[in-house]
Amino acid sequence: MLSFAARNALKPNVCRAFAASARQVRGIQTASLPPLPYAYDALEPHISGEIMKLHHQKHHQTYVNGLNAAEEAYSKTTSVKEQIALQAAIKFNGGGHINHSLFWKNLAPANEDGGKLVDGPLKQAIERDFGSVEALKKQFNATTAAIQGSGWGWLGFNSGNKKLEVVTTSNQDPLISHVPIIGVDIWEHAFYLQYKNVKPDYLNAIWNVINFKEAEKRLVEASK
Amino acid sequence: MSNTLPPLPYAYNALEPYINEQIMTLHHTKHHQTYVNALNAAEAAYAKASTPKERIALQAALKFNGGGHINHSLFWKNLAPSAAAGKGNGGVLKDGPLKSAIEQVWGSLDALKKEFNTATLGIQGSGWGWLGYNTQTKRLEIATTPNQDPLLSLVPIIGVDIWEHAFYLQYLNVKPDYLNAIWNVINFEEAEARLVEASGNSKL
Repeated sequence: MLSFAARNALKPNVCRAFAASARQVRGIQTASLPPLPYAYDALEPHISGEIMKLHHQKHHQTYVNGLNAAEEAYSKTTSVKEQIALQAAIKFNGGGHINHSLFWKNLAPANEDGGKLVDGPLKQAIERDFGSVEALKKQFNATTAAIQGSGWGWLGFNSGNKKLEVVTTSNQDPLISHVPIIGVDIWEHAFYLQYKNVKPDYLNAIWNVINFKEAEKRLVEASK
Repeated sequence: MSNTLPPLPYAYNALEPYINEQIMTLHHTKHHQTYVNALNAAEAAYAKASTPKERIALQAALKFNGGGHINHSLFWKNLAPSAAAGKGNGGVLKDGPLKSAIEQVWGSLDALKKEFNTATLGIQGSGWGWLGYNTQTKRLEIATTPNQDPLLSLVPIIGVDIWEHAFYLQYLNVKPDYLNAIWNVINFEEAEARLVEASGNSKL
């Protein structure tokens, strides 16, 4: 038989475990910040270590925290009105978590083949749908630079017509209409400390650290 | 008639230490200038458009760049060098119609600041926080607009830019610090002039 003190000491852990298992039953898992697949300064000189550190540890972490709080609140809702009231927070923070998680993986240091596109299904699809890699970069950059506010530029796979297409999403909206192949963050926090207002310089530079191997994996998976 | 970049009413370093010179220089000479240039181009194209379809296709460019020009033009004027740094009247709210109107709705200036900052921090993306005057209810309200949408539902009294370019070089990701700091350089005299104009008289 546990003493009063021991029982009280156990309570918070029991409560947390119960709450966590209740959320597991409802299919909700706590989101967590994925580690960066490379060092913070590994994408230099194209994206500075200062930006990568803030972007990962502050901005992405905040989306993770916001998403967990929103989902926690959602699991406690008792009406559809309350659920709807939480939709914006789930979309914004959930989208932020999804988008940044994809982003870190579709970047790679030069010494891990960042920026290198070898012959294969991805190169073929790009040449088929855009004519050349240079043409893709040009269209992608022009479209992404033209976003009026914050958002993301995407190379996406259209499962309907089986083509690669350049699309954008605003704010932290996730890409839903297409399968994300490559995402580029054009929120000012993604580049301002290094590139200031000169978005085209950032967009030109980032192609040097695009992880085409990861992009190809996504395309192959999406084409199945 | 071509739109032009209005001059800043003070030196680029005049709002320090609350908004630094580097930000003010980039914000005015690059960001606002770009909206002016693009607005002129959009208006020139609109003048040449001959079908509703062409005109509609240009609406987004007019809204974004026109809004950017409107918003930033209001912004520079509702900022002023700070009294706290001994440089001007920025941050000082004297007795008068504006102070009365604020106290009528929020009880105090501090309560307004708290609610304004919370609302502005809640913007999901880029945008503006506003203190605006509702000409129907004849009361001040807090509002936000996304991206460069101009404030249309209320008369703008005070606008605060919460695009990351407005603060990131100095405050990084810490938006609350920027929003707390900027109240030291809010030009309440200009805000009051806007309120008096909007309300049509000097007694509210």
